[in-house]
Amino acid sequence: MLRLRTIAFGYLAAILLGPVSLVFYRTFENGAGAAWAALSTPETIHAFKLTPIITAIAVPANTIFGIACALAIVRRTFPGKGLLNAFVDLPLALSPVVVGLALFLLYGREGWFGSWLSEHGVQVLFALPSMVVATIFVSLPFVTRAVVPALREIGDEQEQAARTLGASSWQTFRRITLPAIRWAVIYGVILTTARSLGEYGAVAVVSGRLQGETETATLRVQERYESFDIAGAYAISIVLAFMAVLVLVAMTFIKPREGTT
Amino acid sequence: MPLAALVWSSTKEGGRGFWDAVSAPEAVSALKLTLGASVAVALIGAVMGTITAWVLVRDEFRGKALVNALIDLPFALPTIVAGLTLLALYGPASPIRVDVAYTRASIVLAMLFVTLPFVVRTVQPVLLELDAELEQAARSLGATERQVFRRIVFPNVLPGILSGVALAFAKAVGEFGALVIVSGNLPYKTEVSSVYIFSRIESGDPAGASAVAVCLLAISFGLLLTIGAVRHFATRHDHA
Repeated sequence: MLRLRTIAFGYLAAILLGPVSLVFYRTFENGAGAAWAALSTPETIHAFKLTPIITAIAVPANTIFGIACALAIVRRTFPGKGLLNAFVDLPLALSPVVVGLALFLLYGREGWFGSWLSEHGVQVLFALPSMVVATIFVSLPFVTRAVVPALREIGDEQEQAARTLGASSWQTFRRITLPAIRWAVIYGVILTTARSLGEYGAVAVVSGRLQGETETATLRVQERYESFDIAGAYAISIVLAFMAVLVLVAMTFIKPREGTT
Repeated sequence: MPLAALVWSSTKEGGRGFWDAVSAPEAVSALKLTLGASVAVALIGAVMGTITAWVLVRDEFRGKALVNALIDLPFALPTIVAGLTLLALYGPASPIRVDVAYTRASIVLAMLFVTLPFVVRTVQPVLLELDAELEQAARSLGATERQVFRRIVFPNVLPGILSGVALAFAKAVGEFGALVIVSGNLPYKTEVSSVYIFSRIESGDPAGASAVAVCLLAISFGLLLTIGAVRHFATRHDHA
């Protein structure tokens, strides 16, 4: 028993705790002032504005899609349902670079939509729209995956009762279904937010990484690292890590409630 | 839709062009490295993940809730930050003088970091449901710890381990953010497929990138189907 515990703890410390705490230490080694100075350059500030903007678009979009998708998977039967089920999970298993490349090909100059879009003066690639689409793509499964088990658990008797009492489908959804699955939805939204804030690979491909324009916080970390500004990279990382910890705290508080509703 | 564009682009130059792009020496070496490292990660992850899950479920110690929450950290932490943190401890400026930066060991390390939650989180619920009395009964009948694990625990958690490992493997094959920084991306040495795809795009060769990307896509899809099959089998087993 004790030996297994030591093994598990040693492993976690070597892989997880050691590295993360060292970065904390290194960031504040030269005082909080140095870290703050690294964070307040115009490009970094811009990056920290861009990331929330993308997240603010991607998360609501995925929440609506995720709930709709979960409803379709659990409540409806239609041809190709198994396929939809598998496709929803695909972003979990797929490399973000592959996602980025797919969008790159679709919206690029020689892509299917690219030529039409550029004729109409719409810049998608190397601009905000493609970054939003990339983020939506990689964070697609989380709300669906959180809501599907909740929907299965509540069953559809209450919904049927509401409908026989004359409620429209929208009323049924808003009064019966949504309150019952709300914790699952919130849990999914938290995961989606975490993934959106931290997305790197897909966005790196489609954004073109233009400093002060299409550079998100995660891209900025790499740019700083490659410019040998380790302190700057650490400082931005710490802010992102802090967000990750907030997500963890939220997850821990919501998980047990999920079971009680 | 975007995926269709991907497949279409990879075959634009015909089967021949596709094959040439996939079998380019650099692409093959990257793919071999990716798969090799991912297999290593899947094996280590299966063992350590199962042990960790077991400790979290069956053991009692202070701060268990905290450790339990920490397991999800690699999921919440941006991968690029994960790479940077690993390099802080195991890179050139390492305070413990372990420098694996730009080696294959660093690739395995980074993949282990990002896939940490998968096996733990699939095995944990199974263990929670598995009756501890069953293990106690076996023990009181004179079974050793090893026998208890092999005869009672292992067969029950195997489907959980398998689907967790498949997810971890898929994630490891596709990992990019954490590897960009730690691996150094030396062609033929530490360049994995995702990084290879990225460098092909950057150097204006989308067809070459697509061909390798389709390979990764096929691997991901195959793994998802495997997971689906494992789950299907596991649930059918329950009902029987």
